[in-house]
Amino acid sequence: MHIAWGSLGIVFLVSFAAAVAVVVLVSYALVALSGPSIDSPGSGTSVALPASTSNRAIAGLCLLAAALIVAYGLYVIVTA
Amino acid sequence: MSVIVITVVLTALVFDFTNGFHDTANAMATSIATGALRPKVAVLLAGFLNFVGAFLSVAVAKTISGGLVDDAKITPVVIFGGLVGAILWNLLTWLLGMPSSSSHALFGGLIGATWVAAGAGAIKFATVISKVLLPLVLSPIIAGVIGLAATYFVYRITTRGSDEVVRKGFKLSQIVSASMVALAHGTNDAQKTMGIITLTLITVGTLPEGAGPPFWVVFCCALAIALGTSLGGWRIIQTMGKRISEIQSPQGFAAETSSAAVILTSAHLGFALSTTQVCTGSIFGAGAGRRVAQVQWGVAGRMALAWLMTLPAAAIVGAVAAWVAGTGTPGTIVVAVGALAVAGGIFAANKRNVVNAHNVNDVEVPQPAMAA
Repeated sequence: MHIAWGSLGIVFLVSFAAAVAVVVLVSYALVALSGPSIDSPGSGTSVALPASTSNRAIAGLCLLAAALIVAYGLYVIVTA
Repeated sequence: MSVIVITVVLTALVFDFTNGFHDTANAMATSIATGALRPKVAVLLAGFLNFVGAFLSVAVAKTISGGLVDDAKITPVVIFGGLVGAILWNLLTWLLGMPSSSSHALFGGLIGATWVAAGAGAIKFATVISKVLLPLVLSPIIAGVIGLAATYFVYRITTRGSDEVVRKGFKLSQIVSASMVALAHGTNDAQKTMGIITLTLITVGTLPEGAGPPFWVVFCCALAIALGTSLGGWRIIQTMGKRISEIQSPQGFAAETSSAAVILTSAHLGFALSTTQVCTGSIFGAGAGRRVAQVQWGVAGRMALAWLMTLPAAAIVGAVAAWVAGTGTPGTIVVAVGALAVAGGIFAANKRNVVNAHNVNDVEVPQPAMAA
């Protein structure tokens, strides 16, 4: 009985890396877009201010990187 | 074309259709549960992407049986019997709201039908273990571990963000991740049916040996799976979106990204895993990644049972169908009408307590006791 343990291992590593990378990039993009939070006086809650231009640029870069990972994956499959 | 060939082509398209509507949940269950997409929009989007996905790759002209049975022993009657077994098992598990692998149902049906037509010697049991049983155990574990890790990182990182921005952001991201799963599903699953129809046409000499699927076959298969998907198997969507765990949009995004990564990688690197088992594993992983106590492990037990029964159950139906259909055209008609009658019965039972786009999210999830 032949079991391709090698390719199974590669499947695990590649999908782990791709999924975690995309998820982490999108998470950081959303944190960057959140802007600094300030305590709103009286209500006891905090309010997020609009994100700064540099933060928006960082978020854009994170989302671009995530999109590139996805696009590269599709490119590899379609051209295989 | 003879009666049996036309019957096989039509039955294959029906199987493709049930494959689609059984698996809408894989892509869309968590997006519907978190409200990232409205139910109707979600299933239509999934249907469209399945259609596109079916045209994405035409590399699979490989044997449908995946080496589980001796391909030389496969006749149109064997394929017909196998398809009937797979369709009926798909419909029954849909009625029970259980996600189960359409591929395993098809393999089971073919194994049963081959056993009757050519004897147990034509079945390669070692391949059954390495290609069906082993992936059955490993798929959910692999996807579950990845889904768990992805969910952990999502919550760890986004605690620094504003709740409002994070929730909206992940809802938007979920539309993309769910679309990727639907596309991957179309690429994987529609090709199974293309392979079946092509093989049937080759065995009767309509197509030359080693031919790829003609355009009309690709088109019909893409259309059948897309129609099935856009009908939406609401019962299974409800199970996967609501009954496993209360899913929030960050978890949904993590689960869908993990599923898409595993399905696309495994298909490309040649270790085929079941789409359904991968997606289910990711959702369990994502559920456990937020809070282990939130996951309904009893549901996991029932799913495991359904998965183990898929192959033998479809095999028994496939064997009976192939045996009766093997007696000639009257036998084939008896099987076709019998299968239609059972399918009608399942639909009638479904009508007793219908699950649809309007009530799919109305589930009382039992809340586990708060841990101290």
